[in-house]
Amino acid sequence: MKAKPMKRTIAYYPGCSLEGLAEEYDRSTRAVCRALGLELVEIPDWNCCGSTPAHSYNPLLSAALAGRNLALAEEAGLDTVMTPCPGCLKALKGALHKQGEDPNGFQDALGRPFEGKVRAVSVLQLLAERIGPEALRKAVRRPFRDAPVAPYYGCLLTRPAAFAQFDDPENPVSMDRILEAIGCAVPDFPFKTECCGATYGVTRNPIVTRLTGRILDMAVRAGAAAVAVACPLCQQNLDLRQAQVEKAAGRRFRLPVVYITQLVGLALGLTPEEVGLDKLFVSPESLIMNLDAESETADSLSNAG
Amino acid sequence: MKNGQNLLRIQESRDAGFVERVERESGQRVSQCYQCGNCSASCAYTHVYDFPANQIMRLIQLGQKDVILRSRSIWLCAQCQACTTRCPCNIDVARVMETLRVLAVEAGAVTQKDIQLFYDEFLKSVAAFGRVFETGLLASYNMKSGKPMTDADLAPQVLRKGKLALLPHRIRGRKEVAAIVRRFMDGAPERG
Repeated sequence: MKAKPMKRTIAYYPGCSLEGLAEEYDRSTRAVCRALGLELVEIPDWNCCGSTPAHSYNPLLSAALAGRNLALAEEAGLDTVMTPCPGCLKALKGALHKQGEDPNGFQDALGRPFEGKVRAVSVLQLLAERIGPEALRKAVRRPFRDAPVAPYYGCLLTRPAAFAQFDDPENPVSMDRILEAIGCAVPDFPFKTECCGATYGVTRNPIVTRLTGRILDMAVRAGAAAVAVACPLCQQNLDLRQAQVEKAAGRRFRLPVVYITQLVGLALGLTPEEVGLDKLFVSPESLIMNLDAESETADSLSNAG
Repeated sequence: MKNGQNLLRIQESRDAGFVERVERESGQRVSQCYQCGNCSASCAYTHVYDFPANQIMRLIQLGQKDVILRSRSIWLCAQCQACTTRCPCNIDVARVMETLRVLAVEAGAVTQKDIQLFYDEFLKSVAAFGRVFETGLLASYNMKSGKPMTDADLAPQVLRKGKLALLPHRIRGRKEVAAIVRRFMDGAPERG
């Protein structure tokens, strides 16, 4: 195997969801990065970012919990932390913001050295910017044959704009471009950034069945055969809770909800097992039928540059 | 509530220092809000709020501390950032809502106790193991909230997919993580 240039080594922060209900997001993220020549180094002994509960106590608590992971990455000599989870991403970016805003408070809360020479990105941003749709298109071995897939970004990938500094907060298109590059047909989807109900699945379930129901309904009306997501919480609400949504709405959706990394992986020629497709609750079988036979004309990414 | 109307006698319950307190804690200039209503028009949660987001902003300006800190809205905001994205005054409305939660906890005025309980159990899990243990979190929430069957309908399919973890992952640095949590929260366990 060819030695990779150092700058491609990226600190990987999976986050707690990816150890549990979103394990296929972890598996497909690692597999896709490997296939594209992006070397991930998992942050050693990483901890939970604190998510919404930490924020609700004190933004400094959130900053310190997320900050420990950034500090561990910095200690390991890495300058980019990638996390697939938008909730974790917001916490990591929030920590960097807090360090600038209140350096002393942040340092006291964290209790370990941290210079702040690290940046945080999502896996979507990595695919969109480090690889890019053109190079991705060249690396595709099994394109989707115009399968209509709705791009659902959720709330936090591109917001708040001041933190995210990626794509557009109202009408993001990075996932659209990636889906097009792997052969999907991307319908106009007006609910790209509508909220799915977030963590209220447990505490206020009717909120989630209502909001997620609207998103699934719009995806069906847009003609989508599946929904592409990049957030473990959105995926959980749209997929795991789809039966609850169907019960509340009195109708069937049966709409597969697939991680963008799973779709990219399949198009790159990885097997359904390698991207954890069997872990989804609503069967994505109809979508897989749309995959083209392996094409031998695809260039490998390392040749493409 | 009188004659079906939610009347506030604002002159009697005004806390003159409240606007400044919220502005200082949130870093946002709430006093600049001119009630355009973009936040409420963008909000997916107004149907469960007692006061829509724009009214919360107005109540802050009017110094209605007790009304706001006891409102349901501040606990049902999901931090989706739609309001923040669309405010023409560049007020980070979601951050203001978050600040109000912090102030409600501080004042002992939390009205949505089950949501606070979920957050408490979440942070206790983080303090104990260093990472959140989903299964244990749900179990302790169900037990303490008096709603033992929450999400029980999901268990069979989660089990079938091999996604039901029965043991937590304990990180080596969990004492360090517990120390961070303890700086902000009472009742966190010493160690996992």
